[in-house]
Order: sequence, then C-alpha cells, then structure tokens
Amino acid sequence: MNTLFDKIWDAHLVTKVENGPTQLYIDRLYCHEVTSPQAFSGLKARGLKPLRPEKIFCMPDHNTPTHDQDKEIEDEISRTQVNTLAQNAKEFGLTHFGMLHPKNGIIHVVGPENGLTLPGMTIVCGDSHTSTHGALGSVAFGIGTSEVEMVLASQCILQSKPKTMRITVNGRLDKGVTAKDVALYIIAKMTTGGATGYFVEYAGDVIRSMSMEGRLTLCNLSIEMGARGGMIAPDEITFDYLKGREFAPKESEWDTAMAFWKTLKSDDDALFDKEILFNGNDIQPMITYGTNPGMGMGITEKIPTLESIPEVGRISYSKSLEYMGYQPGELLIGKKIDYVFLGSCTNGRIEDFRAFASLVKGKKKDPSVIAWIVPGSWHVNNQLKEEGIDKILIEAGFAIRQPGCSACLAMNDDKVPAGKYAVSTSNRNFEGRQGPGARTLLASPLVAAAAALTGKITDPRTCM
Amino acid sequence: MKNEKFTILTSTCVPLPLENVDTDQIIPARFLKATTKDGFGDNLFRDWRYDKQGNQIGSFVLNDPTYSGQILVAGKNFGSGSSREHAAWAIAGYGFRVVISSFFADIFKNNALNNFVLPIVVSEPFLASLFNCISKNPETKVEVNLADQTVINTALGVSEHFEINPYKKHCLMNGLDDIDFLLSNKDKIEAWETENQQF
Repeated sequence: MNTLFDKIWDAHLVTKVENGPTQLYIDRLYCHEVTSPQAFSGLKARGLKPLRPEKIFCMPDHNTPTHDQDKEIEDEISRTQVNTLAQNAKEFGLTHFGMLHPKNGIIHVVGPENGLTLPGMTIVCGDSHTSTHGALGSVAFGIGTSEVEMVLASQCILQSKPKTMRITVNGRLDKGVTAKDVALYIIAKMTTGGATGYFVEYAGDVIRSMSMEGRLTLCNLSIEMGARGGMIAPDEITFDYLKGREFAPKESEWDTAMAFWKTLKSDDDALFDKEILFNGNDIQPMITYGTNPGMGMGITEKIPTLESIPEVGRISYSKSLEYMGYQPGELLIGKKIDYVFLGSCTNGRIEDFRAFASLVKGKKKDPSVIAWIVPGSWHVNNQLKEEGIDKILIEAGFAIRQPGCSACLAMNDDKVPAGKYAVSTSNRNFEGRQGPGARTLLASPLVAAAAALTGKITDPRTCM
Repeated sequence: MKNEKFTILTSTCVPLPLENVDTDQIIPARFLKATTKDGFGDNLFRDWRYDKQGNQIGSFVLNDPTYSGQILVAGKNFGSGSSREHAAWAIAGYGFRVVISSFFADIFKNNALNNFVLPIVVSEPFLASLFNCISKNPETKVEVNLADQTVINTALGVSEHFEINPYKKHCLMNGLDDIDFLLSNKDKIEAWETENQQF
C-alpha cells in the first residue's frame, strides 16, 4: 500500500537520523550558475571535491542573453557568474553545457530532452522548478545552495520526508485548454501555499492522456502551490518519449530499465495523506490577475471582489490589485497588453511553440505588442526549424531569440518596463519578477498567442 | 551568519503584516548575480525599500526608525516561490535571527535553518495579537527560547510552544552543519551504491 513517492524515497534511504531527517541518496544533481557558486566555494573551503562528479550536470541558463550568445556577456557580474560555473565544472571534472553548446538551454528543458532525467531517480537542483522532472516519474525537488553543497560533498541530502497528496483530474479537456490551464486551475483552487509540506502525485484521465511536454508543464508548476514536488507515474507515453534519447539506457540496459520502470506506480490500495479530485471539464483557458500564481481565473471570468476575500487577506489582496492596476470585480477580456513572452522552463518546449504557431499561422502580430519568443533549448530551436515553425512565426511578425530563462525572471536584458503588462507563459507573476514594476499575466501559449495577435487579453477560442 | 550558536534571544520586532511574501520580494532576481554570500542584506526587500532612483521609501517598515530588532514578524506563507538561498542570506545579512509567521514555504524554511536563522511558526491568533501589540507599542519585545521551544510575547506575557526538528535544533544550539554529519556516513553511502542499481 505504498505510494510511488514512498517507493522511490525509501529506495534511496541511506540512513535516518534518530528523530530527524533522512539521508537520501541523489542520482542526479543539476547545477546552474546562480545557485551554485557559493556551494562550490564552500566545498573548496572545506578542502573537499564532489564525491560523484559523473552524476552532476551543469549549464548556465538564468543570465544568458537571448541574442548574440557568440559574444561576451555585456553585464560584467552576469558574465562572472556564468564563467564561474564553467571554471568550477572544469576544476572538478563535471559535465558542462556552456552557452552555444548544442545541449545548452534551460536546465529543466535540457535534462528530460537528453534522457538525463529518468523514472525512479532522485533529482535535485538549486532551483524550485526542479519539480518539472517529476513528470517522468522521478522524485525531483528544488533545494537551497547549502543543500547543493551537501550533495556535491556527499551525493546525499538531509531531508525530512514530506506528506503525500494525490491530485486526480478526471474527465477531458475542452478545445483550447492546455496543461498550463490545468496547472493554473489547480493552483487557483489550492492557493499558493495549499500544498506546502506535500509531495504531489498527479493522476486521472486528463493526466494519462497528456503528452510528455504537457506533463512537464504541470509538474513544473507544483511549487507554485507550495508543493515540495510533483510527479506522474511513468507509462507508455513516458517510455516512448525516452526511447533513443542520448543519455537514456540503450539495448539490453533499456530492457532492464523498462522492467524496473514498469513497477513504478502507486499501489492500488496506496494511502495518501490527502486526496484531491478535480474535473477536467470544468477547466477553461486560465489567466492570472494578481501577484501570485494562485490568483488565477478562467479568462472570461471577473476578478474576485474584495468582499469575497477572507478579511485577514484583504490588505494583501488590495495591494496586489493596486500593483496590477486592476479593480476588483472587473473583466480582464479586452484589456490592453504590451508584451508577450513565450518560453521558460514552464512553456519553452516544442509543443508550446506548436500551439502558439497554430494560432498565429497566416495572421499578423499586433504592431503595438513586443513579443519575446524564446525556445527552452537549442534542441527545441532545431525542432522549430525542422517543423517549419520558425517560418510560420517569422511570417506572422515574430522573431525567435536564443535559448535561456529570459523574461521569466529578467536576470538578463529581457525586462518588461515598469507599469507595462506582459502576457507570459512563465511561472511567476510576483511583483517585479519580469523587471521592476512589471505587471505579469500568466497564461498558456494559446492565450499568449491570442494576446499577441490582438494586443488585448483575448479568449484564444475566438481565434481558432 | 554561519555557525552562530542559538540559545535565547530577546528582541524588539519589525512587523511586516503581509501574506505570501515571496522570495522575489525578499531579494529580487537582479541581485542574485554575486558569487559570494556577502552584501545581500543591503538589498533585502529592495523594491519595497527603495524607489527607482534608489531613495528610501519612508513608509516601508525597514525605513521607519520606530521599528527595529532582530526578529521579523510576517504574515502567512512567508518565503514562497524561488528556492534562492539568497533570501535567507539577505535576512541574515540584514541582522535578523528569527522570522515569526503563521506559515512558511518549505524551501525557505530549510534555507533559513541552514543559515542559523530560526523560522518560528505560531498560531494565527498569536500572530494577530503580536502584530497588534507591536503596532500599539513598537518597544514590544519577544523572547525566543530554543531549548524550551517557546516564543513569548512579553507585552502580554503570552507564550506559545513551537515545533522544530530535534536534529535541526541540535545543529542550531551547537553551531553544527549538515555536511560533517553526511560525510561521517561515507561507508553507508558506499554501501548504498553497491547494493543499488546505478543510473
């Protein structure tokens, strides 16, 4: 009666501190440039080296510019951070996919698409969106820099075991409703802290019929309701996705791996600490109106009134709407927007570009909109070319930029100016997330495409 | 900020009665580019604390001389969002040693503990009355006793028990960190590797 999470967690238990956390073995550590330098310097100060360098994969993504990557990064501090990762990887013999490397891209896009992320693994990275990798049936979660240092030093982490939650989404999705909408719907229902302390397994008809890209989007956003991570039991969709990927097992190793992977599911009588049920038919294209990802609604709905908010939360709620320049009780449909961002570890994969292209094909971008179209990796960029999506986008007035985290958190030059509205396929609408004073509306690639065509918040179902 | 033993702290408080304060507010992404742990305290709550020209915003609590102390008191769900430990470095760097709230995000809580900043979860009524006391009298002191796991609002003489993992409590009280412990189990790590299928 074990859950999938319990099975993977227990299989990685090295030892347990009495009345304390578990020492958990980690199969894969991903490092990017922002949250690793202090971990490497801590390691060096202790006179240590990474215990298992072959299990560690490094790449810059947060600071990388989305243009002219063949030139030096202009911002000196960004450049130092990116170079520090390269130096640390070189010093300790770690795999490093630097800028312009054919495997470079956003770490949570690159791991799965290269078969580095596999079912049954434990995976950590100094990045809260590490939950993405759970889509392949791994236990993956974000950690802090002290914890990165722990894993570098010992290939283990000390961690208290979270509680388990299963979120089942049955029924089916209507036309125009994507994995992003499912995630934003769940987060709106759960609230931004509603799954704190839990590790989530997603189940149900809607999840089973979701593509691998969709599952990656859904698991990616688990952290936005506070969950430690999110995961989906591997199935034929997972195995088909993995087969032939560069680092995935090959030949007889593939057969051995498959035999193991097929055992990776929660037992029929597994007991979760919490069970939540949603109906996929209730979900429409979603958009956020406030300053945390839990402040989302169906795109045709009205912003909740102040009276509908519990009294203790009203100051925060008013502050949030004031920041966004919106009034309680009003509709968002038809509101002017200034920027559109397609990309990020949430929606920077091929399927997201296919969806966006399907809507803008043969049409033109509204000239008032500035659009940043940023593939999640060079691999995705190549797929765009192979499928002719690049031509569709260019003909519709969009330019494709070079891969990286880009405007999701605006650590590079892709910053939304103060007071401007951005319909963004990324994961966070926090104050200032896309630049100081920037106003972010989180949505799916389809909603982003509809906004790019009209310059307004638009129901994508009216453009299909 | 590292390896400071924590026993008892009595201090006035800085109140921040907002919910869902995320780590992008605690330390915005554009300040994450350093390769050391120093200096983040200067940019704690940067965009609430300073305007675009870099002038202090007088209404923000950190700029209000009425309030000071080593304890930050914040609304529900403090530290949500990004895993950036820079948020904990900023809080510690500014001089806070305790954050009191009715609810913390998981990763922030771990990051705080790993930097010897104690996150204390109190009940909603305790938090509400503490905000009330501080607003009436900014000199209100709170006493935190880690050994007893009690937090006391000295203005009212009201105390509450708080939970902390016994292992983490031991680390905090003795100024120890996790890496020494993990490496002391190297034989167990190697035994695990021998017994288990390696990816």
